[in-house]
Amino acid sequence: MATTITMPQLGETVTEGTVAQWLKSIGDSVDKYEDFVEVSTDKVNAGVPSPVTGTIRELLVKEGETVATGTPIAVIDEVGAVRAEVPQAPAVAHAEPALPPSPNGAKSGTTETAEAEAAARGASPAVRRLAREHHVDIRTIKGSGANGRVTAEDILAASRTVVASPPATASAPPLAPAPTAPPPVAPGAARTSTYAQPMPGTLVPLTQARRIIAERMVESRHTAPHAWSMVEIDVTDVWSWRAREKERFERETGYKLTLLPFFVRAVVQALATFPLMNARFAPASSSSQAAIYVNDEVNVGIAIGLPTNLVVPVIKHADKLSIKGLAIAAGELIEKARKGKLNVDDLAGGTFTVNNNGANGSWASAPIINGGQAGIVTMEAVVKQLVVRDDDTIAIRQMMNSCLSLDHRVVDGYVASGFLADLKRRLQTMGPQGEL
Amino acid sequence: MASTHTETGTLERHGLSDDQLRAIFRNMLLQRQLDNRGFQLNRQGKVPFALGSEGHEALQAGAAMAFNRGRDILAPYYRDLGLCLGIGLTAYEIMLSIFARSPDHNGGRQFPNHYSSKAAGLMSFSSILAAHLPHAVGAAYAIKYRGEAGRAVLATCGDGTTSEGEWHESMNFVAVHKLPYVMLVENNEWAISTPLDKQMGQPEIWKRAEGYGMPGYRFNGFDPIATYAAVKEAMDRARRGGGPTLIEGTCYRYLAHSTDDNDMTYRTREVVTERRKQDPVPAFEAVLVEHGVLSPEDVAAMRKAILQETNEATDAAEAQPYPQASDLYTNVHEGAWQPWQS
Amino acid sequence: MAVVSSANSTVMNNVEAVRATLYEALKNDERTLILGEDVGARGNVFLITKDFIGEFGEGRIIDTPIAEASIVGIAVGMAMEGLRPIAEIQFADFIYPSFNQIVGEAAKIRYRSNGEYTCPMVIRTPYGGGVRGALSHSVSIEALFYHVPGLKIVAPAFPADVKGLLNTAIDDPDPVLFLEHKKTYRLIKGDVPNGHYTIPLGKANVLKEGTQLTVVSYGLYVHWALEAARQLEQDGLSVEVIDLRSIRPMDKTTILDSVGKTRKLLIIHEDNKFGGIGAEISAMVAEEALFHLDAPVRRLCGPDVPAMGYALPLEEEFMSSPAEMADTMREMVKF
Repeated sequence: MATTITMPQLGETVTEGTVAQWLKSIGDSVDKYEDFVEVSTDKVNAGVPSPVTGTIRELLVKEGETVATGTPIAVIDEVGAVRAEVPQAPAVAHAEPALPPSPNGAKSGTTETAEAEAAARGASPAVRRLAREHHVDIRTIKGSGANGRVTAEDILAASRTVVASPPATASAPPLAPAPTAPPPVAPGAARTSTYAQPMPGTLVPLTQARRIIAERMVESRHTAPHAWSMVEIDVTDVWSWRAREKERFERETGYKLTLLPFFVRAVVQALATFPLMNARFAPASSSSQAAIYVNDEVNVGIAIGLPTNLVVPVIKHADKLSIKGLAIAAGELIEKARKGKLNVDDLAGGTFTVNNNGANGSWASAPIINGGQAGIVTMEAVVKQLVVRDDDTIAIRQMMNSCLSLDHRVVDGYVASGFLADLKRRLQTMGPQGEL
Repeated sequence: MASTHTETGTLERHGLSDDQLRAIFRNMLLQRQLDNRGFQLNRQGKVPFALGSEGHEALQAGAAMAFNRGRDILAPYYRDLGLCLGIGLTAYEIMLSIFARSPDHNGGRQFPNHYSSKAAGLMSFSSILAAHLPHAVGAAYAIKYRGEAGRAVLATCGDGTTSEGEWHESMNFVAVHKLPYVMLVENNEWAISTPLDKQMGQPEIWKRAEGYGMPGYRFNGFDPIATYAAVKEAMDRARRGGGPTLIEGTCYRYLAHSTDDNDMTYRTREVVTERRKQDPVPAFEAVLVEHGVLSPEDVAAMRKAILQETNEATDAAEAQPYPQASDLYTNVHEGAWQPWQS
Repeated sequence: MAVVSSANSTVMNNVEAVRATLYEALKNDERTLILGEDVGARGNVFLITKDFIGEFGEGRIIDTPIAEASIVGIAVGMAMEGLRPIAEIQFADFIYPSFNQIVGEAAKIRYRSNGEYTCPMVIRTPYGGGVRGALSHSVSIEALFYHVPGLKIVAPAFPADVKGLLNTAIDDPDPVLFLEHKKTYRLIKGDVPNGHYTIPLGKANVLKEGTQLTVVSYGLYVHWALEAARQLEQDGLSVEVIDLRSIRPMDKTTILDSVGKTRKLLIIHEDNKFGGIGAEISAMVAEEALFHLDAPVRRLCGPDVPAMGYALPLEEEFMSSPAEMADTMREMVKF
């Protein structure tokens, strides 16, 4: 049987060793516990004894070579396969240890905690629990404690008052709805709770991505006052331009040609006209006052919905790209996204976002602004519609809605609708042919 | 005090028979072999720590020969491998301690070399030097209190320990109460890296005895027979109610303090090599061979048997199981006590 | 000794209770002995062991040299070798030199030898202030030691508890630190049942039942807390007072039952606040009874300064009075 010997750790902080000298050569025999190599470290020179009796089969490290602790250094073929019987170990006189205690609570104990409760702020844990158990809305109780605090006693006193009929909700202040009053019971009778059982369902733990999306969405909606606007765009001409170029484009680049790059081209031109849409609200900090920061670069994020979450990779310097360039850039990012290969750089630096919602058939949507931007614009579904033209004729046209959510701290309706009108005008004048 | 050779060249045995002399020598060889095995296992990566006692073999074998097994109490420190073997611990028990396996007396809880054996009269001790000495004093008090004649406590320590306050407090107390107690100082000249002249103003530790009001003397700790005589005299005095003695055996610490120490940072190889010339193991071998107590063939056979004994003990101990995780929680108190009682 | 109040019990103060208990222990078990400074000829600085040496001999009532480390260390050795030593540290303020012997040795003897050796010993010491004791005759030390697995600690406040717990400590197979509040020595009197009895460790005592606030305390302060609670009762406020008696192990059930009932907890101790006993109790209650609490747990404790000074204003500032305790209790009941 071959035994591999590794570089030992010859001291607490030692991480490597040098083979100073082989005391045996290949083919030599060696006894168990006989030193077969001398090893040196920065602390000590030491002989290493063999763990087995046998013959040296291989020496894996040269003299003078330094290797990390644990690296194989030699192989020894063990001889005398049948080991001598291990002699009966003499019994050690030893007092029996005292009764071992059950290790309950041996480590820092786990304790049962009452279910967590959402409740009025500032209520003590006892108050919250009692209010829940007795179906009392803390907010309706006048507190008898210090500074008007609602005390546990207050809750208990309230719970002993029998409620004859449900409270008149019409006259209730516009708070979150109070829990429905329990059926009238005699004082002291046991109550059954309608809330006690949790709703049946399945708990889905959050992925890291989901957790971050959740946090960002809340933050965005809670920081930026969202306003919304929509225009209807006649994309018939740009649609047919796209149709004309589609095959050749796919042949040449390998990517699909959608309406997206045309749209983005129109967006960046509109952003040039309305630079406040390419800005962000910079709140006051310890070193500066609040301000609006207008970006020099135009980096357009394209929202991509994957099966499990949403990613928004960014086309950098989108204003410098042609429609073809935008199409290729988008195609690359979409492919990376689908393969899960987007990196931090792909996702950073956006100044405005486009969300192609139309692929799902959506006709209108109210997107949430990507934090740090002033607006987000959508492409809704392209639908054949009957329209009345300026000269009162009726025609069938390809119509597409575009919705804009805007940060009302940065821009007002004037700029926002101006931006949308500009976007519409540009798209309606694109195609039916041209240079991509 | 006592010397091994008289001027006429006969061996001064102080009453020791040939068998006893051979037993002393065997103890010295076994000590050295087991000592070395600890280091070998460390270099093989099998145990994280080893602490050696080379240089103490004669002192410890001679002292052990003066210890009455089953009657006396030993309160040693962590360099007393030979002394613990000499009072009856086996190579297997030593290896169990080194490997920290479950059947070890301490259940694998203590560092190696912290032997303990109620059966052998070996008091449990910690790594805190001199903390064991008041315990030894208490044990001596208990012996006297119960009127147990013929019993004594042999407490040992190194030169380093004699600087601790509890060394002083212990010496003081045993002298006041004339307890059956022998303080054997194994002076190997080094307290880790601190040499004698940095430890004390008076390098002859035995001289402190007068200050405490007890007899004291010094002997050559490289000479096991001289050691035996010195320890026996002190222990006999203690056993017959004559009170405590301070005895100092001189030897030398050939190795570093432990595997965590590099002694070349504070002394030179030349100094150690020079002192190796006094190595008690080859020296006593030469004495026994010269006086016909052992032949060279006997010595070779003894070495071979000791190696086998060591190998068997190593294998047997290594095969034992480790303590389980749940064993961490036992023996804090008698019974199951948690700090919070329900 | 004292006036016999009934056939079954005797009225005595705390110091008399210690003395009587030690006397019986020495009489009943030859393995018991006492060692410490001035315990023999002088009979202890509070006369606890007065005349013991005449009856039991100087072999059993040992006047040690002034050497606290070895007073405890020698007791450890005696205990390892089969005796039942009761070591005395003359004042708790002198205990620091024996810290290693208590924490590093006595507490670990059984554990490190996996049960082969044991250490059945008692360390008795008077602690606490209010006696113009200043820096070195006033400290509380329980917080330094109650952290240590392997040690048991008791601090009875009433004479009946002194006797029962001291008997338990002497019989205990493991090391026990027995704390005697020196101000209660002569101040606190009570009925002590005759005959031998023990009180188990880890059992607190509800001195007064109440519904609006739980007060946990021990030592001298449990008497002040009781007085304060009685004052509040005059005003119709209902406070429950618990005497811990046992510091390690500590009684969880009594505390949690009480907090479950009153929903408010006030811990009062003379020892410094930061890291004192109150901290562990607060943590335990937060872990196990959070949803019963109707107010934050509060601790009324010694200030975090090294000592109460010798000058009277300094001592009074350090110590809490029943009036201060009543104020805090009132605030909490009304919260």
